[in-house]
Amino acid sequence: MPHTFNSGATDSRKVNGNAPVISVQDLTMAYGSFVLMRDVNFTVQRGDIFIIMGGSGCGKSTLLRHMVGLLSPAKGRILYEGISFFDAAPPTRSALMKRMGILYQSGALWSSMTLAENIALPLEHYTALSPGQIAEIVSFKLALVGLAGFEHYYPSEISGGMRKRAGLARALSLDPDILFFDEPSAGLDPVSAKRLDDLILELRDNLGATVVVVTHELHSIFAIGNNSVFLDAQTRTMIAAGNPNTLLRESQDPTVRTFLTRGKE
Amino acid sequence: MEILHFDQISDDAAIVRLSGRWKTGPQLPSASELSGHLDQTPATRRLSFDTQGLTEWDTGLLSFLKSVMRECSARKIDVDRSGLAAGVRRLLDLAMAVPEKKDAHRSTKSESFLSRVGSETIAFIQSAGEMVAFVGAACSALGRLLLRRASFRTDEFKLLVQESGAQALPIVSLISFLVGLILAFIGILQLKLFGAQIYVADLVGIAMVREMGAIMTGIIIAGRTGAAFAAQLGTMQVNEEIDALTTLGISPMAFLVLPRMVSLTLMMPLLCLYANIMGILGGMMVAAGLHGIKPVSYFQRTAEAVGLNDLAIGLFMSIVFGILISLAGCMRGMQCGRSASAVGSATTSAVVTSIVAIIMATAMITVVCDVIGI
Repeated sequence: MPHTFNSGATDSRKVNGNAPVISVQDLTMAYGSFVLMRDVNFTVQRGDIFIIMGGSGCGKSTLLRHMVGLLSPAKGRILYEGISFFDAAPPTRSALMKRMGILYQSGALWSSMTLAENIALPLEHYTALSPGQIAEIVSFKLALVGLAGFEHYYPSEISGGMRKRAGLARALSLDPDILFFDEPSAGLDPVSAKRLDDLILELRDNLGATVVVVTHELHSIFAIGNNSVFLDAQTRTMIAAGNPNTLLRESQDPTVRTFLTRGKE
Repeated sequence: MEILHFDQISDDAAIVRLSGRWKTGPQLPSASELSGHLDQTPATRRLSFDTQGLTEWDTGLLSFLKSVMRECSARKIDVDRSGLAAGVRRLLDLAMAVPEKKDAHRSTKSESFLSRVGSETIAFIQSAGEMVAFVGAACSALGRLLLRRASFRTDEFKLLVQESGAQALPIVSLISFLVGLILAFIGILQLKLFGAQIYVADLVGIAMVREMGAIMTGIIIAGRTGAAFAAQLGTMQVNEEIDALTTLGISPMAFLVLPRMVSLTLMMPLLCLYANIMGILGGMMVAAGLHGIKPVSYFQRTAEAVGLNDLAIGLFMSIVFGILISLAGCMRGMQCGRSASAVGSATTSAVVTSIVAIIMATAMITVVCDVIGI
């Protein structure tokens, strides 16, 4: 069942080693004729924990869906190490996809499969590991997110927070070097949210992963983010970018200030 | 006692006196009373409140005050809120903290007949295009499967075969048995006039094997399995499960749609064959039970009347129906929006599309068979 895979990923890494991992250029996002956000520009460097922030409904998750290739830009480009995702040939594109791990808002576990099967599927699809080796990796990934022993549970049998953590284990199954998190701490208790933040830092430090996080949890933003972009629903464009802590100190924009100080200023 | 009272204290200043119980209910005045008062005193520039007589209040008071504020700001009248209780002021502040988004209102303007016809036509052309694209994608996925460039999980496939095959047997039995029974009932009464009761076996046998077995199975499976496919895939769309497959580089077409199509297309002829037998049994029951025809004679008559041609045409139709039902179900599921009500419409639309497709295909196959004389 697993089919062999060409090594486009490693090639592209060699050729474009110095380019930023992700570069979003003049991106316009639209649903039909309704423009949601225009002129979005930013770059994400290797090892960044990049935060996409903004009020509810401003298009953060939509930006993420563009970045992972689920939606195509109305205008502009999204480059991965200099390669445009949407213009790339299918093998290059699929090599890029293999390098991305995505944690969806709801976990998005495949409901007809157990947690173990969920995590094993990417491994079966992309690697030639034996079932025994896959089982070991699965149990390690589950332990990493605090779900050791839950291999044979179905997603419907566990709580929302657990589903999210299992989703994270699946996102990590192929040891991706670009990780996307869509509102990771929403629905988690404070302790699990803190654990998740720590895990994100560990992943970046130990695996050299680049992390893009969509969130409006101020605590996480300041604790882990070292770069960010702020989307504004009113003006329909990005109104600030940079390290969130610097933005807190130096930004003059009232919307950004109100957001980062939880409305205290 | 009146709970709302206006006092014009000078040419340009008025006081709104609120008293008694201001709890939500039909007894509360509306802000239009204020507009009426302000229309009579157009010089008013300042408005203040007196709430000393107010005993109880809830949202009824707040929504009244909010309308008053809006009315006053439209008429450029200054509102002095100091006369209101502190709690009322704070809640009003919260309600007014975020300015109204003017462009958020949907236009409710009714469309003209011509523009509705136009937009419906455009939507129809688009959906026809999507249908063709889906069929194309399904064919290409099937090609990849046959060339062994794509794969799906065998466990899931076996489960689907069970769901769309074996688990449909009870309902298929019941319906086809009854259809056979009804056909025999109607037929035998007419044939009796000519003393040709035995030919009811021909009638039931040919009708079931050639057309009714396949059509009835198709309609049952459209309502049962086709709807289930649409609901499953639609819910997966809502839960972002399909996104998770796509971003992993696994084609949802190969992984989700193909196993459903293959399993249903394999199961449909078997179910159809089974429906034929049940229908013939139903006919035999009426003939033997009510009209004294021996089951053996009925069986022999059926065997003589029904040709291999009829069986082949019926089975061919059921295969076509299997493809159509699974395509319609999977397509509507994959096109599903991202809400619970979208799953409902996807399911409805899957069943409607399947049944329309079944009837159209039957008509076409019947005409073609007639033309080529089989």
